[in-house]
This record gives sequence, C-alpha cells and structure tokens, in this order.
Amino acid sequence: MIRADNVCKYYGDKRALGPVSFEISDGETVGFLGLNGAGKTTALRIFACDLRPSQGSVIVGDIDAVKNPHEVRKRIGYLPEHPPLYQDMEVEEYLAYAGKLRQMSKSQIAERMPAVLEATDLKDVRGEIISTLSHGYRQRVGVGQAIIHEPMLLILDEPTRGLDPVQIVEMRNMIQNLKDNHTVLVSSHILTEISETCDRLLVLGNGEVLASGSEADLANKMQGTSRTMVAVKPASESNNEEVAKALREIDSVTSVSIGGSEEGATLFEVLSSGEVRAEVCRAMVGGGHAVLQLARNHRELENIFLKLVKKGATTDASN
Amino acid sequence: MRATSIIYRKELASYLRSPVGYLIAAAMLLVCGLLFQSQALGQEGKLSAEVLSEFFRYCSGCTIGAAIALSVRLIAEERQQHTIVLLNTSPVRDAEIVAGKFLAALTFLAFIVLASFYMPMLIKVNGKITMSQVLVGYLGLILLGGAVLSIGLFASALAKQHLVAAAVALVLIVVLLQLYPLGLKLDEPLSGVLQDLDLWHKHFGLGFMKGILNLRDVVYYVAVSYFFLLLATKTLEAKRWR
Repeated sequence: MIRADNVCKYYGDKRALGPVSFEISDGETVGFLGLNGAGKTTALRIFACDLRPSQGSVIVGDIDAVKNPHEVRKRIGYLPEHPPLYQDMEVEEYLAYAGKLRQMSKSQIAERMPAVLEATDLKDVRGEIISTLSHGYRQRVGVGQAIIHEPMLLILDEPTRGLDPVQIVEMRNMIQNLKDNHTVLVSSHILTEISETCDRLLVLGNGEVLASGSEADLANKMQGTSRTMVAVKPASESNNEEVAKALREIDSVTSVSIGGSEEGATLFEVLSSGEVRAEVCRAMVGGGHAVLQLARNHRELENIFLKLVKKGATTDASN
Repeated sequence: MRATSIIYRKELASYLRSPVGYLIAAAMLLVCGLLFQSQALGQEGKLSAEVLSEFFRYCSGCTIGAAIALSVRLIAEERQQHTIVLLNTSPVRDAEIVAGKFLAALTFLAFIVLASFYMPMLIKVNGKITMSQVLVGYLGLILLGGAVLSIGLFASALAKQHLVAAAVALVLIVVLLQLYPLGLKLDEPLSGVLQDLDLWHKHFGLGFMKGILNLRDVVYYVAVSYFFLLLATKTLEAKRWR
C-alpha cells in the first residue's frame, strides 16, 4: 500500500504540488495524467525519494518516506523523464552497476539479469555501449535499471516520451507485462497510453488531484454517460434494427444509434450509464451476430480530460 | 563502505576508458617533461638536489592543473547528464558518493604523477640524490593533488556545469596559493596563520619539494582534503533531499 497524506511541495513561495492525498493498493497500476506543469513529475519524484515534500507524509509499504528515505529507496525503481544512463558503459555493465547501488550481491545480479534483459528485450544489445543505442533502446535500458532489484513500486515518468509509434506500442506492452510483478505509477499527457495501461487514473491540474478513478468512473462522474462503439455484422436473418433493439435491452443502456458502416459491418454507438462492453458482447454473440470491433470511444477520455482540466482551471481562477 | 567501493570502481573504469582521462594524463606529462628539460635542468650547472627540487616545483603546478581537470567533472557531469538521479534515488549515502569519486580520482592522479618517475630517476643516475628525497617529493605531490581534488570536488558539488565548477575551483585555489605571500606583508599573529594556511609555499615549497618530510605538512594536506570533502558531502546532502 502506498499512501500520500496532504503532501505539498513548494519551491520558495511557489506551490508545485498539493495538498494531495490518495492511496494506491499493491499491484495496482495508476496513471498520473495532466498537462505540463500539473505536478505529475513533482509527485513522482516525491514517491521516488528524489524530492522531500514540504509538508505531509508519504508511506510506501509500512515505511515513512520522509523519515526513512533510504529504506524506501531500496523498494522503488524510478525511470525519470531523462533516463539516468552513463553513455560510456555497456548495457549489461550499467544494469549490474544499478543493481549494486541497490545493494544486490553479484550472485543476485547474475540470477536476475536474464529476466531483466528478457522483460526489456535488451538481449541483443546487452554488450553494446549505451551511447550507440537508439532512443527506444535507451528508454528500455532506463526501465531495466528501474526493475533490476525487483522493486515493489515502479515509477515511470513519461516512459514513451520521444518514442516513435512502434516504440510506443513496445513500451506499452512492456509496462503491461511489468504490471504482474510491481505496483506501477506512470505519468503521461498522452491520454490513450494512460487509459490502455492503467487500472486507475489520477488527473492532476495546478498541483491538485482533480479526479481519480477508472476511465469509466471518470466518464460517469463528468457526463454520466459512457460511449461504446460496436461494429456488428447482423445474423443472416436479422437486420440493423433488431441489433439495435437487442442493444437497447441491456441494462443501463440509454441510447443506441447507427454511426456508419465499416467493412460490411454496421457501427453502433451505445450510450450507457456505466461500463457495458461485456454485456454488449454477450448480447450480440447470443443473438448470433458477429462482433467485428468493440471499443470505448477513443475520444471519450480526451473529452473527460479536457473537461476536468477546464474545471480545475475555473475553480483555481475563482479561488 | 560497499557503495564507496562500487562507485570507486565505476569511476576508475570510466577514467580508463574515456579519452578525457588519457588527454589529461598526456597533457600533464608533456608539460611536465618540457618544464623539466627547459627549466629544471636548464643551461647552467646546478646541484642535482636543486634540479630535483625544481622538478617537483614544476610537477606540482602540473599536478594542480590535472587535479582541477579531473575533479570538476565528478559531480557536475552527473547533473548535466541527469545520472545524478540514479545515485539520488539509490540507498547510497552522500559521504559514500563523495568518497568513492574522490578515491577514484586520487588513484588516477597518482598513476599520472607516478608516470613522471623516470625524470627524477634520470637525475639520480647522473647526480647525487637519495631515493628518500624522491619518495618524499612524490608523497607531497599526491597529498597536494588530493587537497586540490577535494577542492575541485567541492566546486563540482556546488555547480551544475563543468566550466562553472572549474572557475569556482580555480578561484579557491588561487586564493589558497596567495595566502603565504599575503601573510608576509602582514603582522603577527595573522601573518603566521595565513602562511600556515597556504596551499603550496609553506607545506610543499619549503617541505616536500626539498625532500623534507614534516608530519605537520602531511596533517595539513589531510586536513584540507577532509575539510573540502566534508563541504562537498554537506553540499550534496543539501541539494539531494530537499
């Protein structure tokens, strides 16, 4: 369990963060979402024991990070915005150095190294000098140093920053795999990345937590409606109207409309008061219809985010 | 202590594989050799002890230059390249970081200084000097180098960039080198205090350089090194977790 209690950070008179309070359960993956200057990096640096909070307490496990930062540092892995890489070192040598700094013995490092190289897909470049690697590989080395000591808490600050689309997908997959063994905090201002990787979102703005919850929770809070897109090829004896009727019969669905057609399938837009993807899938398959695509509306989170940030800015201005 | 040893080995390896380390070594040995040939040996006849003393005079200047060049990058470079975050978020004490970096730089500096050993050996072959004179001189060079390294390390802990660290270190060293001449112009007791605090004249110029080993001089250089290493540690502490 990780707990932040009334955490504030001031630089001189300027408030960079807080007061913020939240809890993160073990094994949870939480995304810090916010615009530049929202306080994401400050919050993550405080959790990584790189910054001391001006007030408040941070508990990681059962340890107070303010009173006992060294004990917490043993339990966290941190990838900052700029990966802390020694350009003249070889990949494996660097990872071993990072492990030694985290108090691992030689045998522990030797035992752990294959798993880290596997998880970060660095096996092919293990003997390369870091300065010769592409940006994507360097970012992976950065992740490698953060997980070498199997930390309970993994903190990734904008891990996809500067990556090309293929590298972004690879990094996202890597984070998905890391979720199994670590509690993960990820920050980003790339909305789709956050929504696809995280169990829960913390939306930060002006140094404060504007909202917290899953994408669906946030959607419900903000607009009371969740929007799902489903591409259906009706069963041979059915038509679109029957499909729409079946969709309307699902509890919490408030409206169904046809949004167009795609590759011979009809695209239905389903508005509901909660998450209905599982029910939609069941209803369609049960009726003998072929589901070619089922997804939450990609623009939904973007709209939620913009609304939240706008709301935060308005509140701040009125204060 | 384990973290000190880890950082020490990493730093020493980085000196040995980076061209900067070799450039500093080559530059120091070249300048030292030229000064030995043109100034220490000179044209007119000199006693071999005088030649040795002159050699250590010029070699001490080169050692100071090399020590500044080696030390100012130690922490400032970590900040510039953002690698300081790895140290800051690892369970490593600031004193261990400073000690590891200092000892690695001192080891490399000692290698460079000892590479000039053939020059006093040439004097020994052709003149009358004792081995103890040579060894005392080298002990002085290493102690002086250690003190300058600690000053450079402190400057490096203060600054974000090499050049700023180099400027701070240079100012501190020039001030410490001018205390002796300044003390000569003042009355006691200030005169004596300033002369005693001087980085070179009293302790190296009148002691090690002439082959004289005084415990007082050893203690002085150890104390200066300790003082600036402590300042470097406190500076890192103040900047790390705030």
